[in-house]
Amino acid sequence: MKAGDQLAETIRIEGAGLLATLTRIVGDLSVAEEAVQEAAVAALRDWQVHGVPDSPRAWLTTTGRRKAIDILRREHARLSKERSGVELMDQSRSDDPPDTVLTDDLLRLIFTCCHPSLSPEARLALALRTLCQLSTRQVAAVMLTSESAVIKRLTRTRQKIALARIPYRVPADSELPERLVAVCGVVHALYTAGHSPPGGEDLISVDLCLEGLRLARLLHELLPDEPMPAAVLALILLTEGRRPARLTDKGDVVLLSDQDRSSWDKAMIAEGQNLLAYSLRRTGAVADPYQLQAAIAAEHDRAPNYHGTDWNEIIRLYDLLLSVAPSAPAALSRAVAIAERDGPASGLATLVGQPPSHRWHAVRSELLAKQGRYNEAVAAVTESLTGDLTGPERRFREGRRAIFLTSASRDRRQQ
Amino acid sequence: MTQYAAIIYSRDVDWTLPEYADDMKQYNKFGEDNEAAIRGGAALYQTSTATTVRVKGARGGQIVTTDGPYAETKEALTGFYLLEAADLDEAIAMAAQIPGAWDGAVEVRPVIEFPG
Repeated sequence: MKAGDQLAETIRIEGAGLLATLTRIVGDLSVAEEAVQEAAVAALRDWQVHGVPDSPRAWLTTTGRRKAIDILRREHARLSKERSGVELMDQSRSDDPPDTVLTDDLLRLIFTCCHPSLSPEARLALALRTLCQLSTRQVAAVMLTSESAVIKRLTRTRQKIALARIPYRVPADSELPERLVAVCGVVHALYTAGHSPPGGEDLISVDLCLEGLRLARLLHELLPDEPMPAAVLALILLTEGRRPARLTDKGDVVLLSDQDRSSWDKAMIAEGQNLLAYSLRRTGAVADPYQLQAAIAAEHDRAPNYHGTDWNEIIRLYDLLLSVAPSAPAALSRAVAIAERDGPASGLATLVGQPPSHRWHAVRSELLAKQGRYNEAVAAVTESLTGDLTGPERRFREGRRAIFLTSASRDRRQQ
Repeated sequence: MTQYAAIIYSRDVDWTLPEYADDMKQYNKFGEDNEAAIRGGAALYQTSTATTVRVKGARGGQIVTTDGPYAETKEALTGFYLLEAADLDEAIAMAAQIPGAWDGAVEVRPVIEFPG
C-alpha cells in the first residue's frame, strides 16, 4: 500500500467514529456527513505535508467540528441547528471523545442506519456510505446499480431519517434483540457482497470481506453480551478462515473438495469456533440462522479432509436452518450435501422444484456429469453461464463445460 | 415533538353498525390510553359512500366526479389520527396500539409543520 493510500485508509476507518460523534453533536446526519468529507480532504492534504498527528482521531474531530460550524453558517441554519452550532463552538471541552462516548456514538449510528423502518437496500447503502465510508461510486459497484441511483436512494433515506425523526439512540435492552436482526442482516450482507464481487471487481478498492469482518468485530465488541453479533462474527471468521485456499495464485476457483486444508487460517477458525460456542451458550432453545450457518461452516472446517466430512450432521443443520429461515441458497446447499451422502441421483431428485438460479444449474451439471450424462451436463452448465457471475466463477464453469464436452464426444465415439 | 398522521387501512365496513361495537370499544380504549398524544383524527364511512373529485385542466375547469374511493384496494382508508411523539420509535409504538394495525395496517407519516 502506498503512503497516500495508507493515510486514506486511516481516515476512512476513523471516519465512521467521527461521523457518529458529529451526528450526535449536530443532530443532523447530512451536515455531519458533509463535515466528515471535508475533514477527510483536509487531513489527507495536511498529513501528507506535516505527517500523521499523534492522535489522528483528535485531529479529525477538531477539524470535523470546525467544518460542521462552517457548513451550518453557510446554510443559514434553522433555529435548532444554530443552537447546536453554538454548542459545537464550545471549544473548552476535549475534542478527543473518551472511548465510552465513541462506543455509544458508533452504536447510535449503527442502529440509526439499520432502523427497521428503512428498507433493507436503504440500510445497506447507508451502512456502506457511513459505517464503511465508501464513496457513492463504490456503493454503486457493491450494490450492482448506478451511482445516480445510489445518490438518489441515499438522499431519500437521509430525508426520511430527518423528517420522520428516526431517533439517534441505542434501543432499550428490551428492544435490542429485535433491532439487532436488522443490524446483523446488514453486516452479513456486506460480507456476502465482498465474498462474491460481481464482474467489475476492480472498481472496489476496499476489501468488503475484511470490511464485513471489521464491522462484525466492532458490533460484537460494542455488544459483547448479545448472542447474535457473536454468531455473525463467528460465521464470518469460520468462512473467512478458508479464504486462502479458495482461489489459486492465478485467481481460479478451487472447490471445497480440492482445497489445501493446511492453508486455512487455523487461528481464525479457532476464534470462530469459540465465538460460536459462546453465542450458543447465551441462547435459549432455538438457534438463530447465523448460529446455524456458523455451525455448518464449523462442521466443514472441522473435517480432516473432504472425504471425512460428516454429511449427516451437515444435512441435519441445513434442515434446522431451513425450518427457521427458508432460503433458496440454503436449500441448494442441502441438495449438494444430500448428493454427497446418498449419491448424485438423490441430489438431482432434491433439486426438483427448487427455483433455478445460475448456481442451481451449475450444481445440476456436476451431478449429471457424475452420472455420466455429459450431454445434459453441458446443457446445464451452459445455462449456468447466463447468470450474473464473478470472473473466477465464469472461468471455472467454462473449464467444466470444456471437460463435459470432451467426455460427451468421447462417449459418442465409443458408441 | 413531531406530529405524525397515523393513517388506518382496514376492513371496508360501516363501523356504526352494532356488529362493530366491539371494534369501536377497542378504538375508544386506544383514544383514552393515548389522550395526551392525540391531536385529532376521524373515522370514515365505508368507501361506497365516497366521491372522488377532479377538476379538468386547471382551477375553474370542469368538475368531474367519480363514484368511489381514489383507489380500490382490499383494505381501505378507514380513518386516521394525528399523533404527537418525540420520535419515530415513539410514534410506531403508539401506532401499534391502534386496532387497525392488527385488522389491516397503519401508515405512519410525519406532518409538515409550516412556519408562522
